[in-house]
This record gives sequence, structure tokens and C-alpha cells, in this order.
Amino acid sequence: MGLRARRRPGARTGAVPAALLLAATLLPAGCGTATGEEITLYHPPARHIQALAEACNERANGRYRIVVRTLPRDAEGQREQLVRRLAAQDTGLDILGLDVTWVPEFAEAGWLAEWVGRHRAEAERGVLALPLSSARWQGKLYAAPASTNVQLLFYDRTLTPRPPRTFDEMIAMSRELKAAGKPYQILLTGAQYEGLVVQYTSLVAAAGGRILSDGGERVVLDAGAVRGLAILQRLATSRVTSPGLARAQEGDVYRAFAAAESDAAFQLNWPLALAATRDLNPERAANLAATTYPGVRPGRQGKSTIGGVNLGVSAYSGKPRRAFEAAKCLRSAQSQKLAALCGGAPPAIEAIYRDPAPLDSCQGGDRSGPLSMATAFPMAEVILRAIRDAAVRPATPAYQNLSTVMAKVLSPPGDIDPPATARRLREELTKAIASRGILP
Amino acid sequence: MSEPVTPAAKAERKLALLLCAPALLVMIAVAAWPIIHAVVLSLQRYDLRFPGEREFVGLGNYAAVLSNGFWWTAVGVTVVIIGVSVALELMLGLVLALMMHRSLVGRGVVRTVLLIPYGIVTVVAAYSWLFAWSADTGYLSRLFGPETAPLSEWGPSLVIIIIAEVWKAAPFVALLLMGGLALVPADMLQMAAMDGATRWQRFSWVTLPAMKPAIGVACVFSTLNAFRIFDTIFVLTRGANDTGSVAVLTYNNLFRGLNLGIASTMSVLIFLAAALIVLVLLKVLGVAAPGDEDRGR
Repeated sequence: MGLRARRRPGARTGAVPAALLLAATLLPAGCGTATGEEITLYHPPARHIQALAEACNERANGRYRIVVRTLPRDAEGQREQLVRRLAAQDTGLDILGLDVTWVPEFAEAGWLAEWVGRHRAEAERGVLALPLSSARWQGKLYAAPASTNVQLLFYDRTLTPRPPRTFDEMIAMSRELKAAGKPYQILLTGAQYEGLVVQYTSLVAAAGGRILSDGGERVVLDAGAVRGLAILQRLATSRVTSPGLARAQEGDVYRAFAAAESDAAFQLNWPLALAATRDLNPERAANLAATTYPGVRPGRQGKSTIGGVNLGVSAYSGKPRRAFEAAKCLRSAQSQKLAALCGGAPPAIEAIYRDPAPLDSCQGGDRSGPLSMATAFPMAEVILRAIRDAAVRPATPAYQNLSTVMAKVLSPPGDIDPPATARRLREELTKAIASRGILP
Repeated sequence: MSEPVTPAAKAERKLALLLCAPALLVMIAVAAWPIIHAVVLSLQRYDLRFPGEREFVGLGNYAAVLSNGFWWTAVGVTVVIIGVSVALELMLGLVLALMMHRSLVGRGVVRTVLLIPYGIVTVVAAYSWLFAWSADTGYLSRLFGPETAPLSEWGPSLVIIIIAEVWKAAPFVALLLMGGLALVPADMLQMAAMDGATRWQRFSWVTLPAMKPAIGVACVFSTLNAFRIFDTIFVLTRGANDTGSVAVLTYNNLFRGLNLGIASTMSVLIFLAAALIVLVLLKVLGVAAPGDEDRGR
């Protein structure tokens, strides 16, 4: 952080006079300086983000210039950087690319400028309900959803032509496949990190349970939540997952599925698993199909947890007016379509899923021609269905504590003892949401 | 101080104080003030995410930390790391010191080579250990069998952390001990040899006792060094699977949890523990603090 803080002002003071000098020498008089106000965008690494910023800069016509600053790859590292600088009231941050779970924390701490009036109306227009709810806190809007995400069940059409409807059915299918000597494993993220919390949240929601009360001030952890523990434990101990379950993160899951001698038949993962399988093992990708999460109760659909990026404007930004304007451009339908087709980020605006027009600037690897929603997201309908009926992680300013403690208590999933683990979870989470407990 | 103080001496003393003052002020600003500030913060409920709930809670944070399982796990891990690594460092350090002391040819080269690990930045060294032990890519990762990830399990992680610590700190201990070896009177060793003492007897009855002050200093330094272990663990495991030391736990509560109250409480406890360690070691080993030599005993 120190390095970055030290480097930035130097770069700016160096770059601006250089640009002015260049402009003065190259441009004929009367053209003016089109540099505009510099707006910094702190965003997680994404293939499309630079192109997005450039497109917006062009549209801004000199009113502002978005400069992309890439955050670390892991969510933990991203949050640490942002939080440290915001706590110090750093004015160098303008627009922040936030994980869906951070809005309550950042809003409660007073680090985010509220979206009001026409800004708010524009940020909410056409946005799917659940992604939008992740940008709100206490009835106010603190960020604009720029993309969303949802976990799906991926399966191999040649092994199971009809996907399982419930977790019980999936375990039974896996056992049958195993007995027949075919690939059988169910892969999911079971390492001690946020990915495990995501899986557990999905299971609890599908069981009709709740972890926290709606306002996030009380631990509920009802019968559905205990049921979720039982399923997680059953999955981990039925010899149907990979032996590396307790170490597996998203990447491990899709890599294990795409491996040449893969033993996997199912994977629970984000849509990026499709693109990854296409890259790693095109043969397997041809048989890869996606559907919504398996359910827990018979006859009831499964639920999976949403992810995505929300764009917030820092409360300490020295240029809030331009920052809001730039953020609105970055979350606009045009930008979200570009991010979806070029970067694979599922849009938060519903209409884009039905937009058939391809985008010339986004070319699909080996296949010729520009990408459209149909080619970039063959499972767009499934994603949309999953998002409409998704689960959300508990909203609380102490989410970080909650998540850290939950991942710790649930690890390793094979050691879960539903009633006892529920007791421990209730006790630790009660301390965690009051931020009185100690983080492991 | 029995001599009468002359006006000249008085003026000189005043000048001395005046000349010291800037340094003293700087010391207060950079050392004393942060410590006092940490103590003040440790008595408050102060979480940056709940700025509205800031209040004085007395010793509440201390009760919360001292009654918490995670804290005692971290204390246990730290104690294990201190115990094992200090013992290994002293043994290895002594062997290295003897090698450096005795080597007849290429003395400079031997010393330089032995000291290289101490000269490498801890984070860089920790990363090279991390890559060496990473599953799939590391050249050491298959030591415990194929398809293992030693850094994802408690026992192996701790062993690796201790190896990294010992590798880094042993040369420094050796350097301190070599100073002690130089103090061993050669004539005493010769006399012992003439009296028929074996090599081992000469070492344990003459060399070691003569080295006691140096061993004491090495012990204090390596204990404190192991006590404040942070960067190695931060890089290797980030404290996952109960491998975090007290310093890592404090970092997590401050930078991830943003809980200034709890983290300050931990800092104060670490400060007190460090002071206690130094006090006990000085008493037990009879080590003179620097500048104490002339008082004798």
C-alpha cells in the first residue's frame, strides 16, 4: 500500500505536465485539452475492465478520464487494501469495485457516498432484484450493480443425460456411476474460505432456513440451517467427492473437472467453469451442461448464492460529481453488455440477456465472428432463472467476521456434527456479528 | 558524585541535556506515544466499521481476549515455535560458530557463506520456501508422498515454518556465539588438555562455561526473534489451520477485522509478554544488559 501511495502522486505529477506538453505541441490551437478530471477506479482483476474504462472515457468527451487500478486477485486482499485506505480517509480513491458482501460494512462505516435522486434512479433501472438488494443497506442505495453471478450445477451429458433434482438424488447418481466404474465425483469448493460459506449459504436457503435475521442483527440458525449442515456433512463423508475437498477452491474444482483422467461427474461452480473447461479440455466442454442447483426438499427448487461486482463511490473522493458520472457509465447497459461478451461477467441488467445483437469488439476465440449473448452465454436462460430465485449471503456490516468464523467452524466439512456444529456456529456467530468476538 | 559541582560542570551538564533533547523528543514521538496510544485504545470498544459505537469499556477487551480460544491457540503456536526454534538455533548456531572459529582455510568465504541466509529479506526467503513446498509445483512438496499439500495441514505447516525460521536465524546466533568463543581463554584449554581432559570434557567444562554470557545473549535475541514471528507465517499459511502466531492474530483482527480495541489489547499483551521474557531470561541466565558490564556482580 505504501508503495502504491508513494508512487501515485509522482506518476500523476509526471504524467500531467507531459501530456499537456504533448498536447501543446501536437494539437493546433483551439482544440483545448481533453484530459479531463482523473477518476480512479479500483477494481478486481478482469479481462474487460480496461476496454470498459476506455469506452467510457471516449463517451465522456474530456469531462473525466477513468484510470484503472487493479486490486489483488483474492477477495481478501482486495478488501484489505480498500479498507486500509478508506479507514485512513484516502482521497485518492474515487470508484470502488466492491464484492456483493461488502456494501453493508462499507456503508455503515461511512466510506460510501449514497446514490440519490437521478443517480439512484439510473443505477436501479432494469436491474435484477437480488443483485440490486446487494447494493442496498438500510433502505438506501450505496452502489450500482455492474455485474452479477450465480453458481450452477455443471454435469456431463454423456454420464447423466438428466441432471439430478436434489442433493440426495445427486449422491445416489454418483454412487451408481462409481459402482459402474465411471467418473462419479461431485466437486465443490470445500476449502476453509469464502467458497465454503457460499456453498453452505446455498444449502441453507434451499432448505428454507436462515442464518441471520433480516436486518442482520440477530443469529437465527434455524432448523433449515441445521439441515444445511447435515447435507454438507453427508456430501463430504459419502465418498462421492474428491479426496481434496477440504483444500478445493473454484480453480481446483474446474481444473479437476477438466483434467484428462477426471473422475468427476458433477461440479458446483460459477459460470466461468464453462469457459475454463473450453480452454482446458474442449472435448469435455462439448458434453458439459449446466442447470440450476439441486434442491434439498423434494419438489422444491434448489437455490444458489449470488456474487458479482457493485460500483461504489468513495465518501472521501474529491470529485464526487464526475465519479458518479463515470460510475454510471461503467454500469450502463452498454458497458454491462461489453463486460458480458468480452469478459464473461453475467450482466445485472435483465434486458441484456435477451439482447440478440452481437458486439463487433468481442471476438470468440476459435469460433469465427463476433460474440453475442447466445454464443457467449449458452446457458443464459439457466443463469437468469437461477438469479431470479437465488440465495444471498447474510447482509451485515460484520460480514467479514461472520464469514471468517463460519469458514473456520465448517472446516473440514467431513468433521461436521450437525447439532454440535450448529451450537458452536450459533455461539461464535453471535459474537462475530457484534464484532466483539475475536477473529481467528 | 561527592565532588562539589563547579559552575562549569553545571553548564556542561545543561548543554548535554540540551543536546540530548531532540533525540529524546523523537524517541517519545515514535516509541513512547504509540505505546501509550495503544494502551488507551485497548480500553475502548473501537471498531472502525461501527464508529458510532465507540465507548470506554475498561478491561473488557482484556477479558474478551484472555477468555478466547483463538488467542490461546495462537499463544500455544507461538510457544511451540519459540521452544523448538530456539533450541535448534542454539544447537545449529554453536556448530556453525565452531566451524567459523576453527576453519583454517578460506575463513572469510566460510563465514560469508554461512551468513547468507541471514542477509536475505525474510519475505523473499519465505516465498522461496512457499514455492518449494507448494503442491504440484514445489521441488520439496513430494517429500511426504505424492498428492500431499504439506502447507494445508497443521503439523507439516508448523514444521516448515520452524525450518524457515531456523534457517534464517541460526547464522545470527552463530555470529553471537562466535564472539563468545573468542573469549574462551586458550591457556585454560591447554591446561585442561595437559591434565588429561578429553575433547568433550574440555568443551563442556571449559568452553561452554566461558561462553555463558554469549549464550545468554543469543538466547534472549533468538527468543524475542521467534516471539515476534510474523512475515514467515503470513507468507506461508496466512495463519490458516491454526498456524497463526499472536502477531498474525493481531494483524488479522486489526487489518481484516478493523477492530482497533481488540487488536490494541493484543498488542499490549504482546508487549507485556516480551518484557516478561526479557526479564526472566536476564534473571535466569544472569545476562548483563548492554551497558551493565561495569557494575559487575
